[in-house]
Amino acid sequence: MRFYEYEAKALFRKHRLPLGAGEVVNSADEARAAFGRLAGPAVLKSQVLSGGRMKAGAVKFADSADEAAAHFDAILPIVVKGESARSILIEEKSPVAQEYFVAITWDGRRKQPVLVFSDMGGIDIEEVAEKHPDHVSKTHFSSILPLTPRIAKEAIGATGVGGSALNKLTPIVFELMKIFLEYDLTLAEINPLARLENGQFIVLDGHIDMEAEARGEHKALLDELGIGDDETRQARPPTEFELAGARVNAVDHRGVAGNVVEFDGNLGLVIGAGGGSLTLFDAVRKHGGKPANYCEIGGNPSVGKAKELTKLILSKPGVEKIAVMMNVVSNTRVDIVARGVVKGCIEAGKDPAETIAIFRIPGAWEDEGFKILEKYGVEYCDRSVSMYDAAGRAVAKMA
Amino acid sequence: MAGLFIDIKVAAEVAKNPETARKLEEVCPVGIFAARESGVEIVDDNLDECTLCDLCLEAAPSGSVEIIKLYEA
Amino acid sequence: MSILISKDTRFIVQGITGREAVNLTRENLDYGAKIVGGVTPGRAGRDVYGVPVYDCVRDVVEAHGQIEGSVVSVPPRFTKDAVFEALENGIQLIVVVTENIPRREVAQMVELANLRGARIIGPNCLGMISPEEAKMGGVGGPAANTRQAYAKGHIGVMSRSGGMTTKIASTLTAAGLGQSTCVSIGGDAIIGTTYAELMPLFEADPETHAIAIYSEPGGRMEAELAEWIQANNSRLPVVAFMAGRFMDEMKGMRFGHAGTIVEGKEDTTTEKIKRMEAAGISVAERIEEIPALLRKRLEEV
Repeated sequence: MRFYEYEAKALFRKHRLPLGAGEVVNSADEARAAFGRLAGPAVLKSQVLSGGRMKAGAVKFADSADEAAAHFDAILPIVVKGESARSILIEEKSPVAQEYFVAITWDGRRKQPVLVFSDMGGIDIEEVAEKHPDHVSKTHFSSILPLTPRIAKEAIGATGVGGSALNKLTPIVFELMKIFLEYDLTLAEINPLARLENGQFIVLDGHIDMEAEARGEHKALLDELGIGDDETRQARPPTEFELAGARVNAVDHRGVAGNVVEFDGNLGLVIGAGGGSLTLFDAVRKHGGKPANYCEIGGNPSVGKAKELTKLILSKPGVEKIAVMMNVVSNTRVDIVARGVVKGCIEAGKDPAETIAIFRIPGAWEDEGFKILEKYGVEYCDRSVSMYDAAGRAVAKMA
Repeated sequence: MAGLFIDIKVAAEVAKNPETARKLEEVCPVGIFAARESGVEIVDDNLDECTLCDLCLEAAPSGSVEIIKLYEA
Repeated sequence: MSILISKDTRFIVQGITGREAVNLTRENLDYGAKIVGGVTPGRAGRDVYGVPVYDCVRDVVEAHGQIEGSVVSVPPRFTKDAVFEALENGIQLIVVVTENIPRREVAQMVELANLRGARIIGPNCLGMISPEEAKMGGVGGPAANTRQAYAKGHIGVMSRSGGMTTKIASTLTAAGLGQSTCVSIGGDAIIGTTYAELMPLFEADPETHAIAIYSEPGGRMEAELAEWIQANNSRLPVVAFMAGRFMDEMKGMRFGHAGTIVEGKEDTTTEKIKRMEAAGISVAERIEEIPALLRKRLEEV
């Protein structure tokens, strides 16, 4: 879950990282007034989650209050990679002597956090790593041993930085490492981290990504930053349908049923699990079917949860039928899912026999499950029909 | 009221026993039994969540708890 | 022979009185597992299908001597502590079933496991099975279903998806190809044991003649596997099935497992297929193609 720049900076400020003066503005008048409170020339930056705003013209420099107001009006409507600006950040523009890069992320192979540091900040770090490998250091560190500044110092020193710069950078990088672990971040990045002409070091721009699973743990911080529960901060904003799915999933902790992604087709999908859903979605599309949604049933959801998920999908305009399909299940139980989807159809005022195009979930407790489907006249099949063919049968019924 | 799929019956004399009630409440992983002062009470909303684990059958005197699968009728 | 577990592996279930754990305890016992005890704090003295329940792992070890394995099925907030408890009581093989555990906590579990010379499988996995010997975790479901899907043989299976572990195994079984050991490794971004980390075990197992894997978008695990195969000149032919091809068009969206999000070019199915094929891994477009591809590769050996 990505933070906007101004949110990342609010977190940095809370941890006393050095930042220049600046404020978030929402109108040209506010931009004009804010300029007056800054000491000199200013930079206005569109607040979007995706990168590439400089290229899109959504970052501009102002030498006067009038210019700041004009830039506000120019930047606000700019759509960056499909995303509209949430607000504009106006900050003091300081003369920079050198730019550094620092980021911490998880390395899934080493299973440890990795600190990436470079004394060539401000530009694409992958390009620096390729062309000037001796200017980039990668340092793994423990997530259980006590964190000390030594690692930051070594990482900075490894790029050839010494003298007072080393001593001034170390506490900043060390603080970022602490922030990374404390808030369950998946990315904590400062780029650029600048040395100004007056010798001061400040954070010019920052990226923060928090792990979605840890949101509950850090509710106090999210509340402080004004990040609501309904902000999923994925590549596109969530639809109403997707938010409702998340609410279904949050009802109890038993298994997963929810996590829907909306598409605009007519065949509702009640599918699972993580791996099976991907495979089945590919199969429905390959047969020419039009999925109304992606979803996943995983673990062993309660009957109540499977029921609510079914009702939600059936409530989506344009959904005519649902296909209930999974691979051979082990811990998910066929009978529990069967109860859930049948009950969901009934509570939605629909006939399960008409509404469920196909029920193809073989595996744990299938005999019990099939008895239930038999009773309600739902077409079902076992493992002798492949997932691919079951998807084909469901698509054929939509014609 | 029974669930759509599952109903559970506890023999009347066993249902009144507070010790059995406590045991039933403890063993059921989906909260179908509630131990009250008067004995065991069935939580209707949870009936359909029954996983057929049979732990309640083991916790009570033999034959005193009956799980009825309504879809088999 | 097999890897990780055999019929003699003695293990415990942490969180044994929970809904999931009750289910998997019964299934594992029915399949012949040696479950010596279970742990749920405050529930000591109870039993679950004849398995005695204790308040903590230390008490099980005191009562039954050193135990090799543990299946951890407790809510996410308590998982790290449960795993630490198992590790600090000398347990060497831990299957973490729980999902939705933040990466930091997973990394901490893995780091302590490394310090203790132990191995974690998962989180967010269904454990593993050596067919006709024993299983540890929910893989395969009830014993009757498990016997239907899995048969003893010579194919090692590794999968990021628990369900697909069984799907691949049952496809192999139906085609007359049995399995040595099948491991559901877990779908999270950080997991205890990756494909590449299991390869040396399969490589050293004379009963394993080839490998089948289930793979999906996101992460670098397939690249790591490809590198391992090339660097170690592996004797084992590998066939991979790649799901989620539609996701290549949807960067930054998460589907399914937490580890499944296309962040960069390297994460896409297209790129992964390219890397795996370069390392000599055969990539199946449909699961049903796996047995034929395996047979073809085995004939070439």
